[in-house]
Amino acid sequence: MIHSLFLVNASGDIFLEKHWKSVVSRSVCDYFFEAQERATEPENVPPVIPTPHHYLISVLRHRIYFVAVIQSEVPPLFVIEFLHRVVDTFQDYFGVCTEAAIKDNVVVVYELLEEMLDNGFPLATESNILKELIKPPTILRTMVNTITGSTNVGEQLPTGQLSVVPWRRTGVKYTNNEAYFDVVEEIDAIIDKSGSTITAEIQGVIDACVKLTGMPDLTLSFMNPRLLDDVSFHPCVRFKRWEAERILSFIPPDGNFRLLSYHVSSQNLVAIPVYVKHNISFREGSSQGRFDLTLGPKQTMGKAVEAVLVSSQLPRGVLNANLNASQGTYTFDPVTKMLTWDVGKINPQKLPSLKGTMSLQAGASKPDENPTINIQFKTQQMAISGLKVNRLDMYGEKYKPFKGIKYMTKAGKFQVRT
Amino acid sequence: MSVQNFPPIYSTVVEIFQWLKSVYKNISFPEKGSCLSSGRSLAPRGRRSCSSIGCIVSVPFGSHNNVWSTGRDPAIWEADTDAVYAALSHHLWSTFTAPEAKSSNEDLKEMLESNKESLKLEAMKRVVGLIAKGKNASELFPAVVKNVASKNIELKKLVYVYLVRYAEEQQDLALLSISTFQRALKEPNQFIRASALRVLSSIRVSIIVPIMMLAIKEASADMSPYVRKTAAHAIQKLYSLDPDQKEQLIEVIEKLLKDKSTLVAGSVVVAFDEVCPDRIDLIHKNYRKLCNLLVDVEEWGQVVIISMLTRYARTQFTSPWKEDNEKAFYESEEEKKDQTEATPYTMDPDHRLLLRNTKPLLQSRNTAVVMSVAQLYWHLAPKHEVNIVTKSLVRLLRSHREVQYIVLQNIATMSIQRKGMFEPFMKSFYVRSTDATHIKTLKLEILTNLANEANISTILREFQTYVKSQDKAFAAATIQAIGRCATDISEVTDTCLSGLVLLLSNRDETVVAESVVVIKKLLQTQPTQHSDIIKHMAKLFDNISVSMARASILWLMGEYCERVPKIAPDVLRKMAKTFTAEEDIVKLQTVNLAAKLYLTNSKQTKLLTQYILNLGKYDQSYDIRDRTRFVRQLIVPNEKSGALNKYARRILLAPKPAPMLESAFKDRDRFQLGTLSHSINSKATGYQELSDWPAVAPDQSVRNVEVVEPSSSESEEQSSDESDETSSDSGKSSSGSEKSSSESEPEQKKKTKTKKAPQKKSKAAAAVTAPSFGPVKTHELLHHMTGKGLSAKYHFPRQPCLYQPSMVAVQVILANSSDHSLEKIHIGDRSPAGLNIHCFNTIERLEPEASVTVSMGIDFSDSTQAANFQLCTKEDQFSVSIQPVVGELLMPSTMSEQDFSKEQGKLLGMNETSATVAMATANTSSQAVSKQVLSVANVGVVSSGPNDLHRFAGRTVSSGALVLVSLELKESSALLTINTEKSVMASMLLRDLKQALALARLYPRFWVHRRFTHDFTLKFRPRCTTNAKRASDPDAVQKNTFVKVPST
Repeated sequence: MIHSLFLVNASGDIFLEKHWKSVVSRSVCDYFFEAQERATEPENVPPVIPTPHHYLISVLRHRIYFVAVIQSEVPPLFVIEFLHRVVDTFQDYFGVCTEAAIKDNVVVVYELLEEMLDNGFPLATESNILKELIKPPTILRTMVNTITGSTNVGEQLPTGQLSVVPWRRTGVKYTNNEAYFDVVEEIDAIIDKSGSTITAEIQGVIDACVKLTGMPDLTLSFMNPRLLDDVSFHPCVRFKRWEAERILSFIPPDGNFRLLSYHVSSQNLVAIPVYVKHNISFREGSSQGRFDLTLGPKQTMGKAVEAVLVSSQLPRGVLNANLNASQGTYTFDPVTKMLTWDVGKINPQKLPSLKGTMSLQAGASKPDENPTINIQFKTQQMAISGLKVNRLDMYGEKYKPFKGIKYMTKAGKFQVRT
Repeated sequence: MSVQNFPPIYSTVVEIFQWLKSVYKNISFPEKGSCLSSGRSLAPRGRRSCSSIGCIVSVPFGSHNNVWSTGRDPAIWEADTDAVYAALSHHLWSTFTAPEAKSSNEDLKEMLESNKESLKLEAMKRVVGLIAKGKNASELFPAVVKNVASKNIELKKLVYVYLVRYAEEQQDLALLSISTFQRALKEPNQFIRASALRVLSSIRVSIIVPIMMLAIKEASADMSPYVRKTAAHAIQKLYSLDPDQKEQLIEVIEKLLKDKSTLVAGSVVVAFDEVCPDRIDLIHKNYRKLCNLLVDVEEWGQVVIISMLTRYARTQFTSPWKEDNEKAFYESEEEKKDQTEATPYTMDPDHRLLLRNTKPLLQSRNTAVVMSVAQLYWHLAPKHEVNIVTKSLVRLLRSHREVQYIVLQNIATMSIQRKGMFEPFMKSFYVRSTDATHIKTLKLEILTNLANEANISTILREFQTYVKSQDKAFAAATIQAIGRCATDISEVTDTCLSGLVLLLSNRDETVVAESVVVIKKLLQTQPTQHSDIIKHMAKLFDNISVSMARASILWLMGEYCERVPKIAPDVLRKMAKTFTAEEDIVKLQTVNLAAKLYLTNSKQTKLLTQYILNLGKYDQSYDIRDRTRFVRQLIVPNEKSGALNKYARRILLAPKPAPMLESAFKDRDRFQLGTLSHSINSKATGYQELSDWPAVAPDQSVRNVEVVEPSSSESEEQSSDESDETSSDSGKSSSGSEKSSSESEPEQKKKTKTKKAPQKKSKAAAAVTAPSFGPVKTHELLHHMTGKGLSAKYHFPRQPCLYQPSMVAVQVILANSSDHSLEKIHIGDRSPAGLNIHCFNTIERLEPEASVTVSMGIDFSDSTQAANFQLCTKEDQFSVSIQPVVGELLMPSTMSEQDFSKEQGKLLGMNETSATVAMATANTSSQAVSKQVLSVANVGVVSSGPNDLHRFAGRTVSSGALVLVSLELKESSALLTINTEKSVMASMLLRDLKQALALARLYPRFWVHRRFTHDFTLKFRPRCTTNAKRASDPDAVQKNTFVKVPST
């Protein structure tokens, strides 16, 4: 299983190492650095690198490489999933998962890593169990600890470890009992030159924030559960009940968690909330290119399209872009050739546009591909698939919780080819 | 060279740096805090440009040349090297290495040895910081190890971290800490026991192997499943430290495999995989248990169990893939006979069990679990069932980049064999410009694998976009893919070819080069019609500078020189001009072309050929000199060449088989999917081959399990834990409102299926004494006459309560015998007011003639006082009460005989109650005795030797006080003793037990019925009134109840 872990920052320094079995020299990372140098982009480093005696499996999150050293056969996804879980835990504990945060909390990081793996095999990865073992650092707690001499480390085995509901601790108490659910849908789409949809699918998640006293048993039902084509659940959801009745029945974990992620069957036509009119052209022989982009709303069910952000990787030959945005601001990074246009909200009466010229390298030939345009947007109070939560019931506890449901639609990987 | 030559005298490294910086602008300043680095830990890397002081420390040891290797004017460096070097070494020696580094560690040492807890903790935190950075802190070992017995748990944990890191280096000192761990292994707190075992087993010091072995053995029988899980982990650690312990460890593994806790299952399978993966016989008995537990095991355990079961199943079951058999069916007459004789394939129920129980895990949020189920279905399921994994795998593509990478690799392998599986999801593999290059190429691979006549036009259109991509490596891969599509699907070969020819005029060189290479391969498959394309390529030849492409064109010219008789010699002429400037690969192909032309068209090319051969003879590369010599001997006739010359034409111009354009994933299926070996396409260390299906299935009965008797080693915590799990299952399903009956049905079936067989087989199974097998008595709660149609019955399922451990679980069966449906059935007011009841969820509607079972939890606080509450419907309220029998306020506790005696010793005097009971001679067998005791009280049997002393142990549900029952048989009477702190309960229990045992003596056959009589009188009252005669006849009542009993 997992032998050692090295954390490598963007500039290629190992700033943390942890070994669960005998110590592996950090020179093993040289193979990783080699691969890193070979890769043109940070994302292009292969996740699995074989070396003569070890195998390196790495993930890249928040510009930090988490490099696990493996000595023998193990499912690579096992390691990858675990590393992501580590990152999630750090984020949960420190708010951000940056090099600085990890260095500042190196002791807590070490204690966490110690608890999460034993002899390279995951021991406790549930956040509520970990939080009982090692309390997340807060300013208040640090102060209290300095004064009273108490510690951040629990002395008892977390109750979750032995129970049948390991995701929830016992004895949770809140004065305000509330349960919030966010239905967030993302549209992944590729739109071709002429504006027709090549592929579009909807992926959704239901994120929950449940702060309820005791052991509540919740059921969540949908108006139209048939929409959900493929689902994956938090372990708390009773699968059989879903199979039989299409109802989500669960004892929720305490705090924030992802209840469900789903995929809406691709047979349904996906409504695309925005359209793009574009005219990007380069002329042979001239060092100028034209850039003309207009955005407009389409099939939004009357809701406003907000937080629109357009980005595009312009061809390498482009030196600069001299554009004029009718709304919002644009930036062009001449090094990475990345054009970003922060549009904001689309006003259907006055469509936002970005027009102007691009100057090309003198003498360079015309780029043979037009750039793809990536669009991000958000629409509140609407789930584009039409999914609706019917009702949320609570059993097992007597108080009346405050319940809330929010819908949102976002662009996932939304690309327009030009 | 002397230090005095230096302008200022520097006192610290920092100042040296500042000075160096002022001289050499591009030395970056070291980060704060990195001053403690030792030279050992960092190899100087030019790119980091000395960002760490580590590089500087390495100066005195002679690696200064590496330190500033980039971006500097070597001349400046050369001039000052010696001076800088001298300054650095001097100052480092005097100011940094020795005093400062030492003083900081001295500092820590002092802090560690101080009396203040907070100082120690602070010091340990800093030490851990050093370890995390990979710096050496081993000299602090003596100071740290002293704190191992600290009371402060955080300090202790940090010391553990330190110990595990350095114990290997400081073996002697590490031994000092061992006794602390040995003591901690006996702690009552399971968490401390577990962490002591964890650290003890992580200390890699071979002297303590026997101590570790002992600790593991003890922990494997610990009552806490968490400690047992730690023991399972320790097994692997000990094995890697000392493989000679294998035999003993296998024994422990065997024991732990039998463990019923879901917590242990995953860890012990990991140990099994590591220590003795070939001991498949250990799995047989546990196979069904593992399958059934699987859903409840934690996610990481699921992954390892599933992959182990995949390997197991491939050795134990016959192939479900019928296709092979059917093929054989038509092959010959003889085989046909065999086939008709052979029975049709039926799947082993155990095989089916595995497939069925893993299926829900496809919905897991853990990608590794989903992948492992997918590979299980791929390797084990009948072909038509594999498709169910498709959706889940496609879903994983939404996950992180690294996950995508692995999943796409596996899909690529799958899609070669089973196009149909992923074809409907083709669009999910369309490439986005933001994907990483390796993701793009994998998607391309899959799209190519999925191509068929129907979708090829869509795919090719998509490919056209990719070819124009800015990512040139990807564009090149796309061209390869187009080539593969062209060879695979003959309909589009021409379209592809013309498309590729168009690309030849592309501006990008890599694209053109790749096109040439692919066109070359395509032309080879059908050269006849394509002389036009060859001519076109000849025209392009001047513009192409990528050597691989040039070489390909030259080869094509040579190969098909007879089709382009006019152009080929001209190309050779051009090559002769530029020969010396070409790359090796082009030169080799030029020699080839010359040779071929010489053979076919010697009139025009003889001189050119000789010229080229002469050039080649004196080339720098020996490869080319070699080839030239060989070709000359082959084609130019002279006296030495002999017979070979005659065959030159046949050798050089032999028709060559076209290359197969194949997927790179073609041969990956030799590895089990989802493994590391599959991902890197070579055998990883420790990879275990997936065996082929056996032709004949091995004996199935090996998996039959006898119902396990509680052994003496299993103790209380475990048993409660076990039943916790089972009860959670049944509790969930039976509570009606929580889980549908459709779930419980197959589950029940499955359970009965697996349990029936062994019970039939062995009579020994009848001696089951597990507490949950005790009889279940149903009591009336509300009669349907009083309840206006609503009737309620309850019984004690004798399972730990799901809601709170201090509650007694009660199952209530609500039935509607009226003609209208009842609504909103729920529990209302209760008395005494403080009564702690876990109510069932409100039942919205109960149809006529329908019944529903719900479970409640009631905290009786160890008293037999009745729990009164109101059962309400929408319209009415009925006061009901549940009167517990004292025996139901207990829960079984498993303990060994020794423990029993020990505990009994503590509960003497006031706490002991005893009586003599007259026993029936027929009931002296231990079976009968335990049956009767268990019918009265929910206690556990303490297994003991074949003497006449029977022991039972239990705890009260609320307070957890021990209740020990012992029964000493003497001829026709028995001495019944009850030891417990709860003396009231003791006397009540004694009365009940006495009654039961005495009854058994008087009415050995009817004791059960008689005990039920009073429960049923209420129920039969209406009938009694209508049929007074029958009611007055006690026998009739008995008969009635007798009929009723089985139905409850």
